[in-house]
Formats: sequence, structure tokens, C-alpha cells
Amino acid sequence: MSPILETVGLTKAFGAVTAASGINVSVAEDTVVGLIGGNGAGKTTFLNLVTGYLKPTAGTVRFLGRDITGMPPRRVTRLGICRSFQIPQVFDSLTAYENLLVGLGIVFMGRSAFVGSHLGQSTPEAVADEMLSRFRLSEYRNEPAAVLPEGVRKLLDIAMAMAVKPRILLLDEPTSGVSADDKFALMDLVLGAIRADKVTVLFVEHDMDIVRRYTQRILAFYDGKVIADGEPEAVLSDREVRRLVVGEGASAGEEATC
Amino acid sequence: MSPPRRTALGFLAALGTLALAAPLLPQWALFLVVVSLAKGLAAAGLLLLIRTGLVSFGQGLYFAAGAYAAGVAVNQFGVADGALLALLGALAAVSVSAVLGLLLARYRAIFFAMLSLAFSMILYGLLVKSPLLGSTDGFNVAVKTVFGVAVGRGPGRYGVYGLAAVVAFVAGVALDRYLRSNLGRLAPAVRDNELRVEYMGASAKNVVYLNLVVAAALAGAGGAITALAVGHVDPEMAYWTTSGEFVFVAILSGTASVAAPFLGALLLELLRSFAYEHAPNTWQLVMGAAMLAVILFLPDGIWSVFRARRRATQ
Repeated sequence: MSPILETVGLTKAFGAVTAASGINVSVAEDTVVGLIGGNGAGKTTFLNLVTGYLKPTAGTVRFLGRDITGMPPRRVTRLGICRSFQIPQVFDSLTAYENLLVGLGIVFMGRSAFVGSHLGQSTPEAVADEMLSRFRLSEYRNEPAAVLPEGVRKLLDIAMAMAVKPRILLLDEPTSGVSADDKFALMDLVLGAIRADKVTVLFVEHDMDIVRRYTQRILAFYDGKVIADGEPEAVLSDREVRRLVVGEGASAGEEATC
Repeated sequence: MSPPRRTALGFLAALGTLALAAPLLPQWALFLVVVSLAKGLAAAGLLLLIRTGLVSFGQGLYFAAGAYAAGVAVNQFGVADGALLALLGALAAVSVSAVLGLLLARYRAIFFAMLSLAFSMILYGLLVKSPLLGSTDGFNVAVKTVFGVAVGRGPGRYGVYGLAAVVAFVAGVALDRYLRSNLGRLAPAVRDNELRVEYMGASAKNVVYLNLVVAAALAGAGGAITALAVGHVDPEMAYWTTSGEFVFVAILSGTASVAAPFLGALLLELLRSFAYEHAPNTWQLVMGAAMLAVILFLPDGIWSVFRARRRATQ
């Protein structure tokens, strides 16, 4: 199967700092891929490069075989690459329902510009309520996003990314800021809601138990490079990965909670 | 009842009230209502900008552009009908803002406010230095008909008044519809988080551009109506105090409803008239005290009185 997302020699330098250097990644459609790595390893930079927020110094990004290098985020989004954020990016003064309505309204206005529009004959209003219940946000429907608990804001942030009907969804630390007890429930809910539509998922995660459980493949980042790429067990038992990412001597579980 | 229908019915009721009240009102009151509605139009445009997260201190530019366009159309091209002149005023403002907007839409916050102010003062400077347009004195504008009815006597006495009421009605209902549309909903989204707007596939800059053109159209129509009502235009219409007054009206009225700027403008004009009448030497003091009271007791604007009451009855 041809890859949905492919990067070739993707490089980003900020002055003397190289945040991404020669990243070659190929993601198959309908898979769940985990991105791991310490702080500053280049995971978020990778997401920013793929979605057009940053322009690469060198290299190309291809989506379904099409070169999308240097496209601005709104065009990348329209093609079907959407993302959620480590710090939820929601519309604070709007209610949860209105937050979704904004995104659905954009899709509704530019139906032809979005691939695979999911609105069909239904209205944005109806789809917004359907999505609220799918993400179990219905009880927060009329609350302004500013007063919602952090975990709920995270969920809303992901739901908003889903509102614009992605082919591939990039999640930046979906479980950060969520208590350890709730992480698995959150991931079950999110992946359940996303995978029902066969959306390819790339997610950044620090909790190795989460990564092991939900991914089919792992990319390990270190110092702007991909140092391991493969099946979860293989990557997580890799010597380099254990030393540089997981932390030698510490078990994966302990790493996750700190 | 759905909110858009409620707003439309409210505007219709206001239009009916203005029509019924017309024969009972003395000339000065008719004039006062017209001027209030014209200022309300400009302030309604500011409401849209404020909801987009921007404050323009230069709406006088579009107000003056509309007024001068209407004046020139009457005097130089013999366009006689007031309704057409109001439309021309709006179009003139749209043309100006369509060009300036290319630059303005790149700026936010205080930079947007100051740049809009700068543009309006440039127009003021140009008008003052244009003998063809009467320099500092401006020139007279004499409208002949409104909707085909000769102004002046009989029913024509209410010509400009009727025009102002109809334009305010149409603009109010249309603006309310727009704000509830898929496109209009992007205004508060842009104010809250432009990054997310871009990551949902829309251009925040285009939203700002569109909304500032719409706001200019409203100010332009207001300027043209003012020119017809006063029978005169002058560069003061582009001066920063005029722009400042629109901001004042918009903020004191509140931005919760598109009806707020019209009501707020009317109340402020009424207050100004009575203050001027009863305290000719200290009327500014009365105005200032009233504005302070609004800010202290109704921080969300005059319209919050209605909001609070509705909440209490629910």
C-alpha cells in the first residue's frame, strides 16, 4: 500500500540548532503510529513541519503522493491533515458546541475544498451535537471553553481536529495534563472515536505503556533524528532507545509517571 | 422562538414604532432620530469589528467617504434620490476599505487601531486641502427625493427619516443574520484564537478583511444619511473625534445584540440634546457623568439591561 504521509530528508535548523535533521518517515494508511523522545528531541517540530506551521530548511513532505512542502496550515488542513495541540487551542469565549460549530461551518462553506466531507445532507448544528456525544462532551455543551477542566479541553481540542474530517490526525501529547488513572480511558475514548472513521493517527506520547498498548508502530526521536522505527516491542527494547529515550535503569512505567 | 427571528421581529417592531411616532414628532426630534440611526450604523460596524477582536479608531474615514460621495453625486452628477445616495455612500466606503483593508487586515490590537486612525487623519488632511471639495468649510448637499417622493412638504417631510429607518432596519437584520452564519461565526473565533482558525482550514486574515469592509459599508451608509439630513458635509466627519464618538457609542451600547448600537446612539443623542438645553455651559459634564455611570453600573453596556431582565424572567 502506498504511504499516506511521507517525508524525505526533512530538515529544520534554527540558527545553530538543528531541530530536525534528515527525517525519512513513511506512514501507511489506516495505522496508529507513536512518536516518542525526550524534550527537545524534535517531535513537535516534526508535527509543525508536516502541518506547514514551520517551513523546512530542506527536504520534502508528501501527502498521498502529493508534494505539500511549505503549504500553510489552512491548506494542509483542507487536504485532510489535522492536528491537536499539547496545550489545547480552543475558542475560550465560545461554548463547546460553538467551538465545534466553527470548524463544521468552515467545512460546510467550502465543501468542495475539503476532501471527503462528512456533512452530506446534514447541518453543521446536527453534526456538532453528534460529535459532542461521540466524544462524551454533551454535558459541557453550553459551557464556555474557558471554564472547562483541562482534560475536557484536551478532548474538545481533539474533537475540533476531527470536525474538519482528517485523513490523518496528528495528536501532540493527548494525555499530558491528564491524571495517570484517566489516561487509558481517555485514549480508549479518543482512539475509539477516531478509528471508527479509519483515520490514520500519529501521536506524540511520553507514557511508554500507552504507546505500547495503542500503536502498531513507533518512531523514536533523539536530537532531531529518528533513531528507531518499527514494531513497538522491537523499538522499546532497542538498546539506543532504552538509553536515550526511555532512560537506562529506569523502567518504562516509572518513566511514564514522572 | 429562534434568536434570529426574535431579533428580526424586534427590528420590525422598532421600524413600526418609528413609523407610528413620525407624525407626532417635532422637526428637531425627527432630525435627532435620523442622526442617531446614522451613528448607530457606524457603531454597528464597530460591533462587528469588536466581535472580531478589533477596535478601529478610524471609522470616521468611511463615514466621511460615504458623506462626500453622496454630496458629490448630488452636486456634480445630479443623482437626486436619497435611497440611491445612501447606497452610493456605502459603495464608496466599500471601495476605500477594499484597498486599505489589504494593509489593515495584517494588523491586530493597538496597531490596527492606530493604523485605522492614521488613515482617517490622512483623509481629513486631504479634505482640508481640497478647495474643490470646500476645504475646511465643506459644501452643501441638497437631496431632492427619497424613494421617488419629493422631500420638504407633506409626506416628503419624513423622507430622510424614513430612509434612515429603512436602512437601519435592513442593515440590522442583515448583520444579525450574518453573525449567525457559518462565515459570521468565524468573527469570535478569530478574536479568540487565530492559530486554531488556520488549523481548521480558514484564513483569519480574510475574515478580518471581510468584516472591516462590511463595517466600512455601514459607516458609509451612515455618513451619506447624515449628509442628507444635515444638508452639509465637512472634513470634521473624518476627524478623530468623530471616530472616537463611534467607538464610544459602540462600547457604551454593548455588543451583545446588533440592536444595541442603534438604541445606544439614540439614548446618547437624547441625553446630549437635553443636557445642551438645560445645562448649556456644563453639558459635557452631564454627558461625562452619564457615561461614567454606564461604565460603573453597566460594564457590558446599556444593552445588558435587557439581558439581565431576560435572564430574570427565564
